[in-house]
Amino acid sequence: MPSSDYDPASLPDLLPLYYRRLFPFSQYYRWLSYGGVQKNYFQNREFSFTLKDDIYVRYQSFSTQNELEKEMQKMNPYKIDVGAVYSHRPSQHNTVKSGTFQALEKELVFDIDMTDYDDVRSCCSAADICSKCWTLMTIAIHILDRALRDDFGFQHRLWVYSGRRGVHCWVCDEAARKLSVAARSAVTEYLSLVKGGDETVKKVVLTEPIHPFISNSLDVVKEYFTQYALHDQDLMGSKESVEKVLALVPEDARSYLQQEFEKEKKPEKRWKLITTEAKRKQVGNFAHSFYIVLHIRTEGLVVLQSVSLKSTAKKGQYFEKEIMLQYCYPRLDANVSKGVNHLLKSPFSVHPKTGRISVPIDVSELDKFDPFSVPTISLICEELDRPRPGEEKEKLGDGKEKEDEKDAIEKRKIRDYKRTSLAKYIKYFDQFLDGMARSWKAERLRKSDLQKEF
Amino acid sequence: MQFGGRRKKNSINPQSELYGQHLQFYGQPPLENISLSEFETFAVERLKLLKTVENLGVSHVKLTDLYISKLEKELKLVYSYRKNDFYGPTEYEKRRKDHISHFILRLAYCQTEDLRRWFIQQEVDLFRFRFNDLDPKQQLEFLHKNNLRYDTISSEEKTHGWPLHCEHIHDLIVFFSSSNCHCILKVPFQDALDLVRLRKVYLKQGYAYIPHQDIVTIVLNDFRTRLSKALALTARSLPAVHSDERLQPLLNHLSHAYVGQDYSIQKNVGKISLDQIDSLSGKSFPLCMRQLHQSLRENHHLRHGGRMQYGLFLKGIGLSLEQALQFWKMEFIRGKVDADKFDKAYAYSIRHMFGKEGKRTDYTPYSCMKVILSNPPSQGDHHGCPFRHSDPELLKQKLQVYKVSPSGINQILELVKGMHYQLACQKYFELTHNIEDSSFSLNHPNQYFLESQKLLGGGKDIKREMDAPQRSQENAASKGSTATQEVAANTSQHLAEMTEDLDSFFQDA
Repeated sequence: MPSSDYDPASLPDLLPLYYRRLFPFSQYYRWLSYGGVQKNYFQNREFSFTLKDDIYVRYQSFSTQNELEKEMQKMNPYKIDVGAVYSHRPSQHNTVKSGTFQALEKELVFDIDMTDYDDVRSCCSAADICSKCWTLMTIAIHILDRALRDDFGFQHRLWVYSGRRGVHCWVCDEAARKLSVAARSAVTEYLSLVKGGDETVKKVVLTEPIHPFISNSLDVVKEYFTQYALHDQDLMGSKESVEKVLALVPEDARSYLQQEFEKEKKPEKRWKLITTEAKRKQVGNFAHSFYIVLHIRTEGLVVLQSVSLKSTAKKGQYFEKEIMLQYCYPRLDANVSKGVNHLLKSPFSVHPKTGRISVPIDVSELDKFDPFSVPTISLICEELDRPRPGEEKEKLGDGKEKEDEKDAIEKRKIRDYKRTSLAKYIKYFDQFLDGMARSWKAERLRKSDLQKEF
Repeated sequence: MQFGGRRKKNSINPQSELYGQHLQFYGQPPLENISLSEFETFAVERLKLLKTVENLGVSHVKLTDLYISKLEKELKLVYSYRKNDFYGPTEYEKRRKDHISHFILRLAYCQTEDLRRWFIQQEVDLFRFRFNDLDPKQQLEFLHKNNLRYDTISSEEKTHGWPLHCEHIHDLIVFFSSSNCHCILKVPFQDALDLVRLRKVYLKQGYAYIPHQDIVTIVLNDFRTRLSKALALTARSLPAVHSDERLQPLLNHLSHAYVGQDYSIQKNVGKISLDQIDSLSGKSFPLCMRQLHQSLRENHHLRHGGRMQYGLFLKGIGLSLEQALQFWKMEFIRGKVDADKFDKAYAYSIRHMFGKEGKRTDYTPYSCMKVILSNPPSQGDHHGCPFRHSDPELLKQKLQVYKVSPSGINQILELVKGMHYQLACQKYFELTHNIEDSSFSLNHPNQYFLESQKLLGGGKDIKREMDAPQRSQENAASKGSTATQEVAANTSQHLAEMTEDLDSFFQDA
């Protein structure tokens, strides 16, 4: 489907249209008020806007949805960032005694950027992405979403396309919003496996015992590895690429593999050689597991026998796993996740360079997500003007009440986004909010019950 | 008035109930009166101890035998250590000192984020050491006395088998088996952050399942959180404390002492010109800064972490704000950034570094400790400590490029292997300056620069300036004796003596 070609120069004309008729303000407000469970939650939230000519304004805050709408329609921001919920209204932070204005809560967020993978992807670099390397994002989302849900128990996770070369995750559970800096930092480190900058060759080192989180993550990587790494990225193909991979293998295995690779050229066979070599080094662990599992089943208890596993904590025995992880495991920008007051690009914000809207990603259809078919602002503005077949005209009779007119404008706005490609994304966002609404309702009931008691 | 428990021959006030255990959580502040001199002495002694904890923590892996024996030695002299069945007056005295000195240092170290972080870190390390020394029974006793709640797995969970339908039964078992546990505690993950961070614990649905022997980590977490909250509260009552003239100078000096020099005082602003920087980077910059400078020249860009570390270092060696702006701009323009973009996006953060924007904090250049321990570099970054963060192979190559002798490189790599990063850097200093012994203890990149300049003949000027900040406090203190009140005079005399004492301690360290 051809998107209308986007030209950044047309932003000044498109943005007013977007903010007047398409931006989903009521859903947005519904999200950030979190059911009104906590007083002033929306009012104390910081927004920041990047306006034309790179003018950046922080500490924006709003009292009502209406005020938010009016301001955004007035300023027509190029970029919108969402920050923390503070102790006071951010727009009044200068009037507050210094030291008392503090960031209190914020969603737990993650930012995954394709440029952080430049050393392991051969198809693109820097700001470019293509369908081949996009798989890295798919893998990242599968791994992190599972961990956030199963390991940490977070229920309400919103994944959003950043608009160009990455994805963001907003974890909206109450427990997540209340996490301290130390907790965010701990969660981020738990989820980080790839460590080191340009100066580090081997960025993933595994030791015994392998934490179940790592095994679970490897399961995901294995699903995609053959297609993504061996075929799309041709990991075992070019000499340069093979050298880089072999640099991650312990020296004693390396020369053997280099020799074998002279004879074997097929990527899948080459990879098999690597995994076989690795498995040879890991022998000795399996014999024990049988005994232990049986033990658990018959006893049903958690008292574990002290089994002395032979400590094979030699470094480098898991190198085939380490390679897979170094090439595929998600790379997080830790600084984004650690700070309570860190600002992150808002969902439904426009990306000024690509024109794409930062839309939520339907995780249940993750493998089908295509960043290149995400609607651009020019596309959806154009779709607005296209008449739909069989559309009824607005009937405004004489002597209509002002109420009705306002109502009609609201209705028209709702119909507006529905006839654009934005519709399905807003629908998904609605479902996400419905999921949270159930817990808000329960909270409100609980609070009102408490108040009734004396 | 209550007299609980045992009766002793010596008169013990009701407060002694507080000191029933030799290790405490410092929940209750001391309520007695003490003399000013006790106040000072206690504080200084504890500070020395914490400084020792810090030094040992950097040069040894915590909780190894060497670390333990060294810390033991220091601790025994001062504080209550092994639980003594004999609860005599000396033991009581030691516990009392432990209690009081901790609270005094809270006053000194609650004021800024950096101070708090340092204080908490050392107190936690000290606590960990002492807690580990208790046997399991004593540990449980401690926990019960301090009302730490934790749940063992409910009987329900036990009978239905494990609630963990873990696909990786093999890994899970391996995971638990290596700790030989008999009892598993289930706590919300927020209460076991240190274990979560290092992936030392199994997580399911937001709960951490912890083998009993890892309980110490939870306790530490609890200790850390409590202390952090307490410090925040203490900070609010500081104005009242500071209004007491006797205490304020002492507290100020205590909080500056931990860092020694922080190189934020720019005595030699403007003495460096921009065209000297390239040659200086080869001669007098520590490896981390040399690396950053080279990256900057090659890529015409540095990411945030690198800009902060290098930018603040440059400020420390004497670059003025104007020079800094010029320096960065000239380099960035050679890259992908145009002048306009630089002014909008990067100039702000440089001015911020110099304390001209935002909350106007005049940021201090990073010490080695900070560079080594915080904000590790990731893909695309060039900051950090090369001895800590670089792959040994790459480090070796780099040192070869910088013409370090092969035997020198080996010495450095040995030190790196032993995690003695600052000693490795010092070795680098010795090798590149062709001297046998550096005669200083490296803990700050700007210190490296100053020592190097001193050696290369930057000479007397710089030496005098380096000593000035430390001496000036003493001079001010002794000049204080000409002030009006006798009391004030005596205090500052005391202060001057103690200052010398502290300073010489830190110089030896």
